[in-house]
Amino acid sequence: MRAYLSRRYGFSASHRLYSEAYSEEKNREVYGKCANPHGHGHNYVVEVTVGGRVDPITGMVCDLAELDRCVRTNVIDRFDHTNLNFDERFTAEVPTTENLCIAIHSLLAEHFVHADLERVRVEETPNNFFEYAGKGKHGTASSRS
Amino acid sequence: MILLTRKAEFSASHYYWSEKLSAEENLRLFGKCANRNGHGHNYTLEVTVEGEVDPVSGFVVDLKELKDVIHRQVVDVYDHRHLNLEVPEFKEMIPTTENLAIAIWNRLEGQVEGAKLHRIRVYEMPDLFSDYYGEA
Repeated sequence: MRAYLSRRYGFSASHRLYSEAYSEEKNREVYGKCANPHGHGHNYVVEVTVGGRVDPITGMVCDLAELDRCVRTNVIDRFDHTNLNFDERFTAEVPTTENLCIAIHSLLAEHFVHADLERVRVEETPNNFFEYAGKGKHGTASSRS
Repeated sequence: MILLTRKAEFSASHYYWSEKLSAEENLRLFGKCANRNGHGHNYTLEVTVEGEVDPVSGFVVDLKELKDVIHRQVVDVYDHRHLNLEVPEFKEMIPTTENLAIAIWNRLEGQVEGAKLHRIRVYEMPDLFSDYYGEA
């Protein structure tokens, strides 16, 4: 039987939303206070959902310790207490939470091999969150049906 | 079609141990969850049903009935119990969060009149939860 397991993680980072492709006025218009020159920060929450067959012996979709290790090594250690604009992923891309969500999805899709990566959700604040399930996908069975 | 979710809580103890694995393998795989004296959680259960809104009542399902069914079928059986030792489905099956979601689905399927089960979500902790949609 197929089930889905979700785990929530946190990291704190700063960013500035500003595009060199826009004028100062346009940046201000598009990004508002998020374009302030010295940046600002958030306590991000990353919710990772993996899916797969429940192993008949272990009763688990995957070993949670493996998931924790993978997320910590590839995501938390990389972004926690950093300025996202200086991360190599964001040299040519604005570190909006949409782009961050896609970046985290691609890091986990590349490195996590113990179950299917179903969805990555990034909460920038308790009121704003973004979800990415991979190119052309809409997430788990909840949004498929 | 509209989805409706009802939450419930129960507190229970469990441990993770498979007789099919060696002691070393159990400890390696399950870590501190393999402590045979058990440990416990405050679980939060979310039961999501789907259906059409009744044109007269405006309901998908009678919420009181849904609550009663959840309590009768799940909360009364699991709450303040040791899942491995006191709940029949976990005599042979390890009460992981994944298996809890599947077992609760099986307990509720077909029990809620007028609505179809859509999802069972079981939070073991606020940062860890499992979803089951009835998929084979």
